[in-house]
Amino acid sequence: MAFPDRIERTVEIAHPPAKVWAALTTAEGLSAWFGQEATIDLRPGGPASMKWESGHTADMRVERVEEPAVFGFTWHIFGLPEDDPRRTYVEFTLEPSGAGTRLTVVESGFAQLPEDAYRTAYDGNTRGWASELGELVDYLDAAA
Amino acid sequence: MPPPDIEATAEQVFVALADPSRRAILAALASGGPATATDLAGQLPITRQAIAKHLALLAEARLVTAEPGERRRVRYRLRSAPMQVAQQFLAALARDWDGPLDALKGHLDRHARGSA
Repeated sequence: MAFPDRIERTVEIAHPPAKVWAALTTAEGLSAWFGQEATIDLRPGGPASMKWESGHTADMRVERVEEPAVFGFTWHIFGLPEDDPRRTYVEFTLEPSGAGTRLTVVESGFAQLPEDAYRTAYDGNTRGWASELGELVDYLDAAA
Repeated sequence: MPPPDIEATAEQVFVALADPSRRAILAALASGGPATATDLAGQLPITRQAIAKHLALLAEARLVTAEPGERRRVRYRLRSAPMQVAQQFLAALARDWDGPLDALKGHLDRHARGSA
């Protein structure tokens, strides 16, 4: 079993890089094909978000902006708890290909698990609700 | 320091989940919190002996921890750490880029036709 750290796809798109770039990096573009609503502040460190009718939301952080060739962002790992600090990095690379664009998307970081994060995020949690509920009881006792 | 073996951890979770009795035990601990083998036998259609055996296996795989206590009153608690590692593995499998990329192509085609 190989733990997949990265997912990679390349597609040929019959439209020039400038058009593809706009679809990837503007709120109007993103909301037309990816999310149902989107916001983006297109600069490294800028926040972006997408929302779906299902109620699912994605908060992203723009990391790389090299118009019209590279667009990268990080986002939360789907399926992990909201407060989990781990994020994957998504990078779109646009290369001219004839009159169109060869678009590659790489999402990486699924297998990241730094030792210290493992310790704090996980073993710190093993006490979990028992200790948090215990603290609540102590707090209420003290307040009474 | 070597990284924790996340593949081995994920595998232990999936092996544990492949068995219906162990799945039921883990589900009961997740929804109801720490419990003894006797508590679980009261809730599940599994004998106490079988539950004790499964709990010993799960504890060895570090998917549950035994709280210190007198032998028959030992309570078992679910460990969230391995579950989160397995979730991460599933996240990679559940990530769909093919659908969005098809949607991107469709959007650009419609857009080009619209502006032509």
